[in-house]
Amino acid sequence: MTRLLDGIVEAFRLIISFDPELIHIVFLSLRVSIAAIIVASIIGIPLGAFLGLKSEKKTRLLNKLIFTLMGTPPVVAGLVIYLFISRMGPFGVLGLLYTPTAMIIAQVSLATPIITGLTMVGVRSRGVEVVEVARSLGAGQGLITRTLIMESRIAILGAIITGFGRIIAEVGAVMIVGGNIAGQTRVMTTAIVLETRRGNFELAIGLGLILLMFSFIINSFLYNIQGGGKKN
Amino acid sequence: MPRHKRFAFLIVSSMVIFFLCLIATGCSGDNELRSGAGETEFGNEFIMLATTTSTYDSGLLDYLNPVFTEQFGIKVLVIAQGTGAALESGSRGDADLILVHDRESELKFVNEGFFIDRYDLMYNDFIIVGPADDPAGISDLENVIEALNRVAEKEHPFVSRGDDSGTNRREKKLWELSNVNTEQTWYFSIGQGMSDTLIFTNETLGYTLTDRGTYAAIKDRLDLEVLFEGDPLLSNQYGIMAVNPEFHPHVKYEYALTYINFLVSEEGQNLIASYSLDGETLFYPGFGLE
Repeated sequence: MTRLLDGIVEAFRLIISFDPELIHIVFLSLRVSIAAIIVASIIGIPLGAFLGLKSEKKTRLLNKLIFTLMGTPPVVAGLVIYLFISRMGPFGVLGLLYTPTAMIIAQVSLATPIITGLTMVGVRSRGVEVVEVARSLGAGQGLITRTLIMESRIAILGAIITGFGRIIAEVGAVMIVGGNIAGQTRVMTTAIVLETRRGNFELAIGLGLILLMFSFIINSFLYNIQGGGKKN
Repeated sequence: MPRHKRFAFLIVSSMVIFFLCLIATGCSGDNELRSGAGETEFGNEFIMLATTTSTYDSGLLDYLNPVFTEQFGIKVLVIAQGTGAALESGSRGDADLILVHDRESELKFVNEGFFIDRYDLMYNDFIIVGPADDPAGISDLENVIEALNRVAEKEHPFVSRGDDSGTNRREKKLWELSNVNTEQTWYFSIGQGMSDTLIFTNETLGYTLTDRGTYAAIKDRLDLEVLFEGDPLLSNQYGIMAVNPEFHPHVKYEYALTYINFLVSEEGQNLIASYSLDGETLFYPGFGLE
């Protein structure tokens, strides 16, 4: 029990004093996950919007596939990407294994289905209605698309935030393709694994607290834009 | 056909954007990889060392590598795996050199041409640790085979790493020599690193085979004692070797060799000998010994 308390006290000291090792790990985590979420959004939002406007019957199999991929276990994604980018794999010549780029690719593969799927659901629930109203009011194609995105913005933002929350807290894939190299590919989650193994509970708890804090901020934001589910 | 055109436009444009982003993140990723970590001054001057958790968790590499980097301007990136995984990483060309401890398979990989310039770098020993009151009574026994047989007879919990690491390979070999079938309810194969295994052993009041270094590094938070040591079958030899550039032309063979030569030099060997944790020496110089 004292170990836990000592750990928490020391963890706060590390956070407040901006311990360079801790700060570096936190920033690398953010950089990797933000880069991944941007790429995943650029792929997932148009794809999700497109599918959302299609009739559900015609795209049923594809929808099911995307929903399945939304639940890909991170270690499986990590394994597949490892096999692709390892030197013996088809993309081995690029030398990407054990770099932040490899971690970004892994996280993109995890976040893209989530963003696609949630955008699709959001657009489908309101999309046809919005398109019909806009068209009846004489809007051109460009305006219709813009209106659709504006009308579905809450669902899309929710999709992006959900994806981000998943990948920043993920450990299995980044451990496999990143290798947890100190100062290079060590992010919050892999550092927690290592420091727990080494018995440096202070740093592990400090990182855990920061991760929880991020989760709180992200989810509060999501809660606010969605209004906690109440009708507006 | 405006709808089809629109679809085609959407697909093409999103693909273009996707590739642009991949390229962007790819490039920035690589630049940031070196610069963001504050290693700009090293640029491409780094080597990737795949090794075991025992050399990393014990703090030895954090002690040696800064001295090497200071002298040669080459950064050492360490991936802590297990012997089996490190041999695999090296033979696939995902690392430039490896530092592992399973002499038999090391020599096999060297013979197959995957690695060159292999040296015996250092050694220490394996020990059996367990609860302080030694419920199976192994501490007075003559040799390690008897000790393991006693644990098996008493059906006392025994925790195995089960991760194909050097320690795990040695442990399995010892059980084989003891003629004990380990597919038993008292035998836990947990598939984790040495520190995790020691923690698990501590929680289950069991026995386990560990390298002395990792045990010394974390013994403060364990209630485990060294219960058996000193059998010649428990010697633990670490070998270092470079990935063969004929197999993998991209590896940084020159740098890897610089690192190996540094560690087997008198200075490197003295550094290894001088590393201690809580006053206990963890590794002994092993270059030139048989």
